[in-house]
Amino acid sequence: MKRLLSKGYLLLLLVMLYAPIIIIAIFSFTESRVLGNWTGFSTELYTSLFSGGVSDRLIDAIQNTFLIALTAATVSTILGTIAAIGINDLRYRKRRAINFVNNIPILNPDIITGISLFLLFVSMGISQGYITVILAHIAFCTPYVVLSIMPRLVQMNPNIYEAALDLGATPMQAMRRVIIPEIRPGMISGFILAFTLSIDDFAVTIFTNGTDGLETLSTFIYADARKGGLTPELRALSTIILVVVLILLVVVNYRSHRQAKRAEEQAKQIKNYSRR
Amino acid sequence: MVKSNHIIEISNVTKSFPDKVVLDDVSLSVKQGEFLTILGPSGCGKTTLLRLIAGFNSASSGKILIDGKDMTSVPPHERPVNTVFQRYALFPNYNVYDNIAFGLKLKKVDKKEIEQRVKRALKMVGMTDYEHRDVQSLSGGQQQRVAIARAIVNRPQVLLLDEPLAALDLKMRKDMQMELKEMHSSLGITFVYVTHDQEEALTLSDTVVVMNEGVIQQIGSPTDIYNEPCNAFVADFIGESNILNATMIRDGLVEFMGKEFECVDTGFGENVPVDVVVRPEDVYIIRNAEAAMFHGTVRSCIFKGVHYEMFVDTPDGYEIQIQDYNSFEPGTEVGMMIKPADIHVMRKERTENHVEGKLVDATHVEILGEEFECAAVEGIENGATVDVSFGFSDVELTDDPDDGISWGTIRFILYKGDRYHLTVRTDEGDDIFIDTHDVWEDLDEVGIKIRPEAIKVTAITKA
Repeated sequence: MKRLLSKGYLLLLLVMLYAPIIIIAIFSFTESRVLGNWTGFSTELYTSLFSGGVSDRLIDAIQNTFLIALTAATVSTILGTIAAIGINDLRYRKRRAINFVNNIPILNPDIITGISLFLLFVSMGISQGYITVILAHIAFCTPYVVLSIMPRLVQMNPNIYEAALDLGATPMQAMRRVIIPEIRPGMISGFILAFTLSIDDFAVTIFTNGTDGLETLSTFIYADARKGGLTPELRALSTIILVVVLILLVVVNYRSHRQAKRAEEQAKQIKNYSRR
Repeated sequence: MVKSNHIIEISNVTKSFPDKVVLDDVSLSVKQGEFLTILGPSGCGKTTLLRLIAGFNSASSGKILIDGKDMTSVPPHERPVNTVFQRYALFPNYNVYDNIAFGLKLKKVDKKEIEQRVKRALKMVGMTDYEHRDVQSLSGGQQQRVAIARAIVNRPQVLLLDEPLAALDLKMRKDMQMELKEMHSSLGITFVYVTHDQEEALTLSDTVVVMNEGVIQQIGSPTDIYNEPCNAFVADFIGESNILNATMIRDGLVEFMGKEFECVDTGFGENVPVDVVVRPEDVYIIRNAEAAMFHGTVRSCIFKGVHYEMFVDTPDGYEIQIQDYNSFEPGTEVGMMIKPADIHVMRKERTENHVEGKLVDATHVEILGEEFECAAVEGIENGATVDVSFGFSDVELTDDPDDGISWGTIRFILYKGDRYHLTVRTDEGDDIFIDTHDVWEDLDEVGIKIRPEAIKVTAITKA
């Protein structure tokens, strides 16, 4: 009885968590214009999504979203890596202070970040559009990249950079050949994190995309939903994004799992050798 | 300029961080091809000195020459030295071969030659056939061998080793010591080796540099350092020793433990306070015989493998450490003898405390950051900067730092047969020295009181 209850509770929780997503996925396979009406199985929405059955505005929004996410993730990965290496080199008290400062934007509600950036751009007289959205996304993604690289740097033997210099590497060569390979896993997960954060951001984008009609998926969907009903093709699009994210997640998890396993094996090997 | 045979010349190097001075005016020359060891307790500045030679830190002042060239503005990657780090610092993303080939690849050495040199280096450290192993799968000893191979493959003029064996177990350490020594003679390059292990230093080196508190205490061959320590710190740090307060009566005659002993040291003057060092193996212990120079009672006797280590109490309250092949039961009355040549006399670094202070009024003086009551002063203006002196035994230490007038931390403890000679660093950074019978521990925080009548104030005469 107790087992049944606990299992039932888990099931209920999962259903509540996943029901909205599953419903969207299920209803992406019917033609009905209104969500909730099942008018028979059809892949019409998918076909229409890819054969120009939707407005150019949606296509533009999809393109913008991915372009912005790619740019923002790339730039913030570079900035975040440089920042993390610099922070790691600081002495203890300064390092703690900077880490604290780095965490503030993460804890800061998006809406506040959005408004502040909006005011900043206005007060500096920068006309809003592509550039401001990308700048804003870089601003809120970089702290996450720093956060995902820091643990790798802390684990690293601090002497290996000096060892590379000692063996004749210039600081740049030491960075490229020794430090970057060491922190690469952190950089990759930082990039993926930044990429997904940028894709689903709404609050910051809406404040910084200006009045020239620049739209990303989130702002388009918001506007679309307010104008009498969701474009049905969005159900198909959501499902596709869901599947892509799922695959990404599986890949990332698999990688970290394999790394943990390798580290474990190495530890075992070391033990065996030292026993000899 | 005459080209000297010194590969490294360090002159007047000082390194200070915001909160402390790590190296204080250090000068040192390293001869071409020698095995030089920098020896000292942790925090003495030895690793910092090595890092300055490697170029990882820059000196606050002073100059370092390597092979006659000023290295002040030369970055580490352009210096003709290579380093072996304490924690190996191998590149985890490369295998053994690529780790060793790292420096050669950067120098764009021909591929075939790289392969030959890497193979030769691996053979030299006894790791043939390990080329394609992942470095993280190797044991500590193997990783250190790879680290040494990675350094020597570049044929540096100087190999710097920063406590390379500290992380290995005793057996492995002994093996590696021998291998390093052989490597040094077959490579013919200069080794600068940093360690806190005095036995390791004596075993390996041609020259030992003993450091403490950022200052070089003594430079010499291992036998010189052991047999002729220049001060109480070196005598205490290197090997076991009995260090006692003594008075040099005249050349060849010294008085300690209330008795006069013949010795071979001269030139100290007459009736001068000195320290004497007698190594435990140089005290001859015999059944209570007429021939003995002094007597005592065995307190403890422990078998140490080759010899017995005994502590003998003399009637005057001195404790003498003795190593002998014969054992004497605790409680046995014994006689002891010391050969004149085995008594080593050292000049005392100081005979009383001297600090700079400021006179507050006729009976108060400000020293060590606080106001102390002192013996009545006449003829000096209030507020004047003065020299303040007091004896080693006029200071009282208290358990609770708040009970003292000033406070400090115990930095160094020297046992002198019947008393402890402590060095206490005050909050203000002054060192004061104290003789006491109480047992304190290193790094204890203590309060400092000084007997008022013992505090002597004299005016500083401006030169």
